[in-house]
Amino acid sequence: MGDTTAGVIFIAAMVAALAATYRPLGDYLYRVVTRERHYKVERGIYRVIGARPETEQHWAGYARSVLAFSAVSVLLLYGLQRLQHFLPLSLGFPGVDPYVSWNTAVSFVANTNWQAYSGESTMGHLVQTGGLAVQNFVSAAVGMAVAVVLVRGFARKATDRLGNFWVDLVRITVWVLLPIAAVGAVVLVLGGAIQNFGEVTQAVTATGDTQSITGGAVASQEAIKELGTNGGGFFNANSAHPFENPTSWTNFVEVYLILMIPVALPRTFGRIVGDDRQGYAIIAVMGVLALASITAVLGFESLGNGTVPQAVTAAMEGKEVRFGVEDSSLFAAATTLTSTGAVNSFHDSFTSFGGGVLMLNMMFGEVAPGGVGGGLYGMLVLAVIAVFVAGLMVGRTPEYLGKKIGAREIKLASMYFLVTPVLVLVGVATAFLLPSNMDSLQEAGPHGLSELLYAFTSASNNNGSAFGGFGANTPWFNTALGLCMLFGRFIPIILVLALAGSLARQRPVPASAGTLPTHRPLFVGMVVGVTLVLVALTFLPVLALGPLAEGLQ
Amino acid sequence: MSAMTTVAPKVRGGLLDPKQWVRSTPSALRKLDPRLMWRNPVMFIVEIGALFTTALAVADPSVFAWLITAWLWLTVLFANAAEAIAEGRGKAQADSLRKAKTDTVARRLAEQDPGITSPKVATVEVPAPELKRGDYVLVEAGQTIPGDGDVVTGIASVDESAITGESAPVIRESGGDRCAVMGGTRVLSDWVVVEITAEPGKSFLDRMIALVEGSERRKTPNEIALNILLSAMTVVFLLAVVTMQPVAVYSKDYMAAAPDSAVLDGNGVTGIVLVSLLVCLIPTTIGALLSAIGIAGMDRLVQRNVLAMSGRAVEAAGDVDTLLLDKTGTITYGNRRASSFLAVPGVAAAQLADAAQLSSLADETPEGRSIVVFAKESQGLRERAAGELANAEWIAFTAQTRMSGVDLDEHGSVHRIRKGAAAQVAEWVRASGGDPNPRLDDLVDQVSREGGTPLVVAEHRDGETARVLGVVYLKDVVKEGMAERFARLRAMGIRTVMVTGDNPRTAKAIAAEAGVDDFLAEAKPEDKMALIKREQDAGRMVAMTGDGTNDAPALAAADVGVAMNTGTSAAKEAGNMVDLDSDPTKLIEIVAIGKQLLMTRGALTTFSIANDIAKYFAIIPAIFAVIYPGLDALNVMRLASPESAIISAVVFNALVIVALVPLALKGVAYRPGSASALLRRNLWVYGLGGIVTPFIGIKLIDLAVALIPGVA
Repeated sequence: MGDTTAGVIFIAAMVAALAATYRPLGDYLYRVVTRERHYKVERGIYRVIGARPETEQHWAGYARSVLAFSAVSVLLLYGLQRLQHFLPLSLGFPGVDPYVSWNTAVSFVANTNWQAYSGESTMGHLVQTGGLAVQNFVSAAVGMAVAVVLVRGFARKATDRLGNFWVDLVRITVWVLLPIAAVGAVVLVLGGAIQNFGEVTQAVTATGDTQSITGGAVASQEAIKELGTNGGGFFNANSAHPFENPTSWTNFVEVYLILMIPVALPRTFGRIVGDDRQGYAIIAVMGVLALASITAVLGFESLGNGTVPQAVTAAMEGKEVRFGVEDSSLFAAATTLTSTGAVNSFHDSFTSFGGGVLMLNMMFGEVAPGGVGGGLYGMLVLAVIAVFVAGLMVGRTPEYLGKKIGAREIKLASMYFLVTPVLVLVGVATAFLLPSNMDSLQEAGPHGLSELLYAFTSASNNNGSAFGGFGANTPWFNTALGLCMLFGRFIPIILVLALAGSLARQRPVPASAGTLPTHRPLFVGMVVGVTLVLVALTFLPVLALGPLAEGLQ
Repeated sequence: MSAMTTVAPKVRGGLLDPKQWVRSTPSALRKLDPRLMWRNPVMFIVEIGALFTTALAVADPSVFAWLITAWLWLTVLFANAAEAIAEGRGKAQADSLRKAKTDTVARRLAEQDPGITSPKVATVEVPAPELKRGDYVLVEAGQTIPGDGDVVTGIASVDESAITGESAPVIRESGGDRCAVMGGTRVLSDWVVVEITAEPGKSFLDRMIALVEGSERRKTPNEIALNILLSAMTVVFLLAVVTMQPVAVYSKDYMAAAPDSAVLDGNGVTGIVLVSLLVCLIPTTIGALLSAIGIAGMDRLVQRNVLAMSGRAVEAAGDVDTLLLDKTGTITYGNRRASSFLAVPGVAAAQLADAAQLSSLADETPEGRSIVVFAKESQGLRERAAGELANAEWIAFTAQTRMSGVDLDEHGSVHRIRKGAAAQVAEWVRASGGDPNPRLDDLVDQVSREGGTPLVVAEHRDGETARVLGVVYLKDVVKEGMAERFARLRAMGIRTVMVTGDNPRTAKAIAAEAGVDDFLAEAKPEDKMALIKREQDAGRMVAMTGDGTNDAPALAAADVGVAMNTGTSAAKEAGNMVDLDSDPTKLIEIVAIGKQLLMTRGALTTFSIANDIAKYFAIIPAIFAVIYPGLDALNVMRLASPESAIISAVVFNALVIVALVPLALKGVAYRPGSASALLRRNLWVYGLGGIVTPFIGIKLIDLAVALIPGVA
């Protein structure tokens, strides 16, 4: 079977699987976040954490809760790493370096899972399971909660109440992420992924060397790593490691886990705003962008580039033989189109154009379909901008879902859009100011620039994947990329919550014949166009000197 | 009434008339003042860029540097000139208005008591601008009315052509809804005492002058939002360009063998080129034309004789969902006309017509006249004059009797004819010993059901009993073309509601005939307010027209309130627009202009952004192909040299402003239709057009630029 055929089958099966869960999962999410009654177990949790589930918060209150919760999470995770050697289940590893600890704490709380360390030789069981895995759940839940708040902003009228953060956090974690991750872990164990709390095993290899093999709760962490679009691997090799992702079909399962919630969220959006067609329109925009990107990556990787890849008919460097080009390309596209950042191959070794598309996927702001929650709210912000321009073109004050897009909404949406370009471009530019930073680049010239650009793009968009050769573990990069992750996550969240507040305050305008319908192919095309043009125009100069210059040689 | 097809671009004086550009040059230069420029952030950045390249060109002169610098300054000047041209078009109008304003001397009553019976009273001459609110002034035939006000004494015919452009004089009299007069208009006959109602400097004329000159223009809500978006994009591009520099230095170091040039050297991209790239990328096209679009929109309204008190109101007009229209005078001609004679059994139609005509000869109301005319047209009855019948005694209509008629002395025997409301005439017949025909009720019902007004005619000859002859069917005649107009409004997404004092049955019939979407019957002013409130609570934007004082609260409550110029000062104060033609269906045009205003902004924004794609294809390979020759593949236009490519992009960017000025002034074409159809059309024209045009334009310019020595 050729790569192309395999790729087509993979894509078709994936689309079918995602389509099958679009409605049931989206509807289930809708019920979880809109249910009036609090279950007993929920009430128990609220009592423990001291939350008052009956009181709904306004946007600023909600934002304060998100920030406070995340700040405490960063501190706890930092402490856990620094004090690892005093705590049980450390596997004998020492306390983690302060720069790495800071970077890792921010990284996991910001749903980025950028890893400046090798998991199997740095983190013990307690940090992996009690720290990192916990953040894999709650950071994902935070993203979904924020997306739900934005959708509530569209759906609610003349109110400043947008829900209760603690209720949303608990419900999403308990009723959505935990059960699906549990099933996913079992499936992965069945597929051969490991799950234990054993000590490091010493093995003698065929050549007579000794090798330290770390075991752990791998399958369970793997499931939530993908499901919550986190991406932080138990092992340094991430999903290329056979303990994490043993076979081609676990690979399919993992890609499916990555995409299932981001793809179902537009359905939840449609349900909450009371118009399923709006959900279909949003998923259509995501789908068009995703399919275009996947096709491009698959095409560039299959065609290869350069003498050796062409001799072996594909660009196989940096890819696992058990996955081949198609499984690797699709995983890479999925992980960068969402905010996952897990890898089953080395993006650094992709063809220059293929790697460029992976970067472009993240530069879109990860909206196709994007991270859990983050993808939906990012896409809705782009839709707001598209509605504004389109609305002017039909001669009416622009409105989306009955809410007018005025100066305040545009200000918030524009600022949202500005955040990641500022972080990426300023980050890359300042990196050049410190000559020693250049030592982190594995290669000189355009490929070196791509490594640097990829790192800042990944951190600022909360992806977490890297161009493998890049030496990120320096104090400067740990700090700078940590800041990018922090700002890239929480500034947009604050802006989105403010936007939700501003939308919820409005009374909806009823639709008339003069209202621009936002569920038709025309509008879908418009949003796709706005996304492409805005991103292309922002990043083209730097992409030209990186992947384009490399590929066009 | 003006023709109301699509908003015809009424553009005067040849848009590409070079004289207009020359005339606006001094103003364009004055606008270079940074204190004025910073209000337009996009063009302000271009000006700073131009200053920067000027310094660079002075320090290190070259043909390339000076060409770029010159065209950057031209870019700014073109933008300023566009605004100046838009303002200039209004200025001509303002000047003629101002002429009416100057030299007017008011004759203020010495004793501020308007209750005079003759113009022969003592007055004090006061320059018009010094008049205060509440002053009483006397204006006689041939004199100009010194300020806005209400006639409190007298009646006069007034020539309002200076303001409305309408040459037929109008009657202005004290009391009622025809009392408002405007400063600058001229009394043709008789005399009036006017109470000044406008503060000095705030008269209609003053406001109109300020509006057409654009000096009082405030940014509208959508304009503010668009400015925010444009500023954000400017920041993005500023960032993209500035951060490109360290990357360029890194790349140049890597390929140190690449030769230095006017575009790129060891210090990175040269300042001239960085500024060029920035100016090409930031949305200068829309930034340059934004204020011209706004001014031209107001100007288009004024050309259609509508005076908007704010740009906000014009923009709101584009958003209107519901339109309230008074039935009388707007949808119907305002007076009922006889449309058939329904005789009771046993009476010939001609006999009924004859009696109806006789009873109406002295009736000067439009209804009465229409009966006389209709009898002549339908029954061939000669139109008699009231004076022909020497021995007739005319019975006038009174509110008590609700009847009118005539008593004819036919050789001693008196023949009485009456016409009037059904109940009253029936009563009259009974009182004279007669018995109203049993078929009468059916006829009256039939007429009412069909939306008409029944007028019963009866006669009573001496010696006979009184009898009913039949019913005159008075019909409320719907103006021609109303149904089409409402269909157009529906296509724009606007629901029309007819407001009338008629009973629901009549209202329904007329609503159906006129093609309005809904009606409010037996409406009192409170009901109108309640309806507006209800619509607004449902989130809809309401527009209405009105002229009477009792319309004022509703005009003020509506989002778009258009007062008729013939209306009272109270109504004009309350509304946010005044229609000088007093044409209630003018709202259709106002809505179209409001929509056009937004569409033009949206279309040019799209065009501006879409242009950037081609500019990247011109400039990126021009800068970097020397380091990475592979990037020359991006030079799809095959531009001659890096320098010529960059100059061509900058020149195109400047010329496109000039090319789009006519569009900015006359607005994007608007045809009522679904929002999707409009978007599709504008996306094709301005989106796709915006992508393709610069590829062609830049290539053509490059062919010319390449000929300049020292560039290619």
